[in-house]
Amino acid sequence: MSDITIDALDKSFGRTRVLHEVSLAIASGEFIAVLGPSGCGKTTLLRCLAGFERLDAGSIAIGGETVSSPRGHVPPERRGVGVVFQNYALWPHMTVARNVAYGLKISGMAKPARDARVAEVLGLVELGDLADRRPADLSGGQRQRVALARCLAMESRVVLLDEPLANLDVHLRGTLEEEFARFHARSGATMFYITHDQAEALALATRVAVMDRGRILQFAPPEQLFREPACETVAGFIGEGRVIAASDLAPTGDGRAHASVLGHPAALRCARGERPRPRARVSFHPGDLHMVPGAQGIAANVLRATYRGAYLRTEVMAGPAGDVPLTLNIPAPASLTQGQRITIALRDGWVLPDRAAS
Amino acid sequence: MGGERGLLIALVLFVGLLSIVPLARLAWAALLPGGSFDAARIADLLGNRRVVEATVNTIWISVASTLLATVTGTLAAMLVTLTDMRARTLWVFGFVLPLMIPPQVTALAWVQAFSPASPILGPMGLALPPGTRHPLYSMGGIVFLLGLYNAPLVFLSVRASLQRVPSSLVEAAQAQGARGFAVTRDIVLPLARGGIFAGAALAFVSSIGNFGIQAMLGIPARVSTLITLIYRRLNSYGPSALNDMALLALLLALLTVLGMALTAWLGRRGDQRVDSARRLPRRSLGALRGPVEGLAWLYLVLCLLLPLSALVGTALVRGYGQPLNADTITFENFANALFHHEGIREAFATSLWLTLATVAVLIPVSVALGYVLTWREGWVARVLRLASELAYALPGIIIGVAMILFFLRPLPLIGTGLYGTIWVIFAAYLSNYLALALRPILGGYAQIERGLDEAAQLAGAGILARLRDVVLPALAPSAAAAAILVFMTAINEIQTSVLLVSSRATTIGPMIIFLEEAGSSTLAAAVGCLMVLLVLILMGLSLLAGRHLPDGVLPWRD
Repeated sequence: MSDITIDALDKSFGRTRVLHEVSLAIASGEFIAVLGPSGCGKTTLLRCLAGFERLDAGSIAIGGETVSSPRGHVPPERRGVGVVFQNYALWPHMTVARNVAYGLKISGMAKPARDARVAEVLGLVELGDLADRRPADLSGGQRQRVALARCLAMESRVVLLDEPLANLDVHLRGTLEEEFARFHARSGATMFYITHDQAEALALATRVAVMDRGRILQFAPPEQLFREPACETVAGFIGEGRVIAASDLAPTGDGRAHASVLGHPAALRCARGERPRPRARVSFHPGDLHMVPGAQGIAANVLRATYRGAYLRTEVMAGPAGDVPLTLNIPAPASLTQGQRITIALRDGWVLPDRAAS
Repeated sequence: MGGERGLLIALVLFVGLLSIVPLARLAWAALLPGGSFDAARIADLLGNRRVVEATVNTIWISVASTLLATVTGTLAAMLVTLTDMRARTLWVFGFVLPLMIPPQVTALAWVQAFSPASPILGPMGLALPPGTRHPLYSMGGIVFLLGLYNAPLVFLSVRASLQRVPSSLVEAAQAQGARGFAVTRDIVLPLARGGIFAGAALAFVSSIGNFGIQAMLGIPARVSTLITLIYRRLNSYGPSALNDMALLALLLALLTVLGMALTAWLGRRGDQRVDSARRLPRRSLGALRGPVEGLAWLYLVLCLLLPLSALVGTALVRGYGQPLNADTITFENFANALFHHEGIREAFATSLWLTLATVAVLIPVSVALGYVLTWREGWVARVLRLASELAYALPGIIIGVAMILFFLRPLPLIGTGLYGTIWVIFAAYLSNYLALALRPILGGYAQIERGLDEAAQLAGAGILARLRDVVLPALAPSAAAAAILVFMTAINEIQTSVLLVSSRATTIGPMIIFLEEAGSSTLAAAVGCLMVLLVLILMGLSLLAGRHLPDGVLPWRD
């Protein structure tokens, strides 16, 4: 089993508190992404999992065995954890085959068995022809596959990935994302993927943990993060979300509610236990705003419209006082000029739970 | 972590036994001989007329020669990095070369070049009339030679600084209307200030601890410095003077540390850490290029070629002062030095195996220590680093006194003392050169990505397997450079071994002083020539391997 339990983990460097009561329960074989801006502590969390950093408080258990706690620390070499480093950390003086074989050699596997295993693994990642090349002679994508092959060869039950696509150009990323998905399907390993790119996280992971300033803000499947953010920070981080004030919230009991947004009634989604309250915060995405004909809706002044191909990205000042900046996508062809008055409607939105609304 | 902890303990023992404990023993002997603090003794000793005189001389000599070295070195660095001077690589090699020549050989060469019996100036009719006092046997002579000797240290430091100044800063000043000289004065030099003062600190440390030049010129000139005072007292009184000499050594250490602190304070905020892909543009010297290049090469002729050819000239005649011509030329001195003179042969053999053993121990230790210093945090790593740096920065003679004190008494397990044996010199070398070996290796570590080691750790490799399989292959060029640096410095070493040599164990470094003192100038010159030749061969070898090295590891490579 390779489930991971992180319990109330604390970690400071000097006086800076980098991780603050981080708790995550990850099932065996899950693909988890940790998403957060740079400096949020996500790399430190990965290094704690790999065993490169010791904990100040809390514990980490892999497959039921406690590997890290302030009292005990299993060194990285005995955790059976694989890591794909940001720049892959391939040993430049070894060939591809020797890079993959090194861990097996250290573990004392006999040469014939080792060679067979390396050949098999390199075949799986389609690098059999390049076994005798040096890392310097490989392309970015091939290097990544060597790094993955290294984890495959060791049969790592847990694979940690530290922003493996951050240094690559956009064209490569899509292909390499698929590579990770295939690796996950093939190995069945528990994957722990660190990134600051939400598109990557949402596309790859079964569940995403959003981190900020050393805390986990929300840990949920991608669609739930998008549709039901737990707080303003998550709402603002995922999919260009916006949060604005609403008044006279009236839940209807089935996870839906009515409220007044910018002076107009709107139908919203909310938690099932939501109570009526005079003030609330509503999160939505540009796609939830629509331009409507006539004057029935929220009045808005066009600030700027940018042509984006399939749609016009339009920034407006909306509301009764015209002081709330909003962004919406208006399907092309359309022509908008600066200062033009339009009417918009909010078709969907999520009422942020009360504790996070403050 | 078990393997790592074992390694750390071994490193702490190594540095502790070879650097920290002997230096602590020195401080103990200096301040608390017999276990009690005796202020009257200390005041008496430090108030002694000869000690005061030597202290004042030491300060004056090291400060003045540091100033000379700083001006010369900075000018040379500006010439090489900022102008369109031609044949730059060759000139840099020539300018840095004196740094690699043992100071006692340099002193001997200069003494012979400017003596009334000069083999070079004599035939040209420029030599001083016989009977005149030798101009270099004076305070001014010592300052002059030390200044020239240490100028390459400042040069290397300033050049590294200048190469980090981004060209955009200069271009911005030019866009504001600043021209040639103003740009240099207002932009370039202030940005290089850190490098200038770092170089000055190195020159100061090197001057104050330079035994070769201070002894070769100072003893005949009766200009006493702390180093020569300690050397002569220990020579005449033996171990009975040890406690007093420990106090003087401590005073010398204090002056060294004060000088370093002062230059560090003057150069504070100096390191701007500005890096850019584009280096400073070289400015055209225009019509001045010819004359400036002429002056630069004249400097090399005067400071390198003249003394070295005097050395060769002296080595090639039978008696000191004979004119060199077809009748007098002889290779007898070289033959004697290489094959017949038993003392020299043994000293050379001793130096050779001592140096090889030092390299063989220090390189693996430095690789392991570099690992801890680069990739592990904590106070232990910091203490280890400080201790090794201190043992390197302090004048070698202090380590020498500390080693005598430490090894004078019989060792607990062996039952006999090591004093007077080769092993004391060995211990002193290990202590002295750890930091020298460490520096290029740390430079090598800075270029290794830490993930490479961590990936091997995840593959299950223990610390020793990682050092062997992952770190060492990546570090090999830097380790080779470290080995060459240590070899070159230790093979001709004089500052430490001059105190520790005995009839049973002599090294080649002090041999020149002994030969010169015994009146065998021609033989001393031959030995000096052989030392320079050895240095040149090693530098040449290192240049062959230089392509694989990180920048700045070999100081003589432009």
